[in-house]
Amino acid sequence: MGLFSLPKNSKVRPGKVYPAPEGATNVRRFEIYRYDPESGENPRLDAFEVDLDRCGPMVLDAIIKIKNEIDSTLAFRRSCREGVCGSCAMNIDGHNTLACTMAIADCREVVKIYPLPHQPVIKDLVPDQTHFFAQYASIRPWIQTQTPPPADRERLQSKEERNRLTGYYECILCACCSTACPSYWWNSDRYLGPAVLLQAYRWIVDSRDESTGERLDELEDPFKLYRCHTIMNCTHVCPKYLNPAKAIAEIKKLLIERQR
Amino acid sequence: MSERPLSPHLQIYRLPLTAILSITHRVTGVLLSIGLVFLAVGLMAVAEGEEQFAWFQAAVRSIPGKLVLWAWLSSLFFHFSHGVRHLIWDTGHSFNRESLGRNAVLELLAALLLTLGLFLLT
Repeated sequence: MGLFSLPKNSKVRPGKVYPAPEGATNVRRFEIYRYDPESGENPRLDAFEVDLDRCGPMVLDAIIKIKNEIDSTLAFRRSCREGVCGSCAMNIDGHNTLACTMAIADCREVVKIYPLPHQPVIKDLVPDQTHFFAQYASIRPWIQTQTPPPADRERLQSKEERNRLTGYYECILCACCSTACPSYWWNSDRYLGPAVLLQAYRWIVDSRDESTGERLDELEDPFKLYRCHTIMNCTHVCPKYLNPAKAIAEIKKLLIERQR
Repeated sequence: MSERPLSPHLQIYRLPLTAILSITHRVTGVLLSIGLVFLAVGLMAVAEGEEQFAWFQAAVRSIPGKLVLWAWLSSLFFHFSHGVRHLIWDTGHSFNRESLGRNAVLELLAALLLTLGLFLLT
């Protein structure tokens, strides 16, 4: 906590260079963070030169091509390849995003790829998200009611009530925002971070949920909520164009308003 | 298996302008606190009498004194501008992603104009 530099075992060293195949004319260089837990060595930055004429348009296409054709030991998470699952979240070109929705054409000349920042690395681009999802579970992300549901129908919402969830329910928990937040970097042991707070807000404003008071009680804490200093990196990076900073501000407002 | 490495953060992250202004807000806050020591010295000098005040005035009018004074004043105006932005955020407004960069530039301009304005007035 509070460390600005990397621990000794985390310093990144220069790695191998894999040159482009001969005759390739449309070559792009990808520099990718590698860490092999079995080698006992420090992480390194490998450089792969990829022939873009034989590669799909997205960064994820390039990474899959590298794994298929150049180095099969490259580890990363991916699933839907269309920005719905949130698996391929990583740091590309210095900011967090989904590799599947990031076009290579929009990247800088040398595409640098790192795992999500300030996370324990399991292997290569795969961070350990145990803590992140434990924090998510801690806000009880499910509907909580005291009253029995109506006998003849579901718990219905008006259009207006439903609209309050828009911009929040779309979160795919990719963790781009939380791991972009310097406050989360230094305080993630106690600060919930933008993704989990946005999810908390999503349940707070749900008209069907009946434990709004308890939810607010639990967030009224100098660390869980108030380590947000409106740095705005979360809103800046969200690959779904959601607004975690706004959600956090709304929670802060609700906490003030209920004191009246 | 050894302990897991920590992935790079500040080393590799390209901080957006708003994030840079956020840390600048904190740094200028610290500078302003340090500046209060000089202000206290000045007030004490006023209370001590003519000779001490003349000494303080000479110090402030020297080149290093002027540099410190204007560094402090520009910190004050920047801290003020970003503080206003914080007040607006606290009302739940101005979170629009598209306007973040533009508002950051506006805030810097405001700080610059305030500093420049005071400089021209004095």
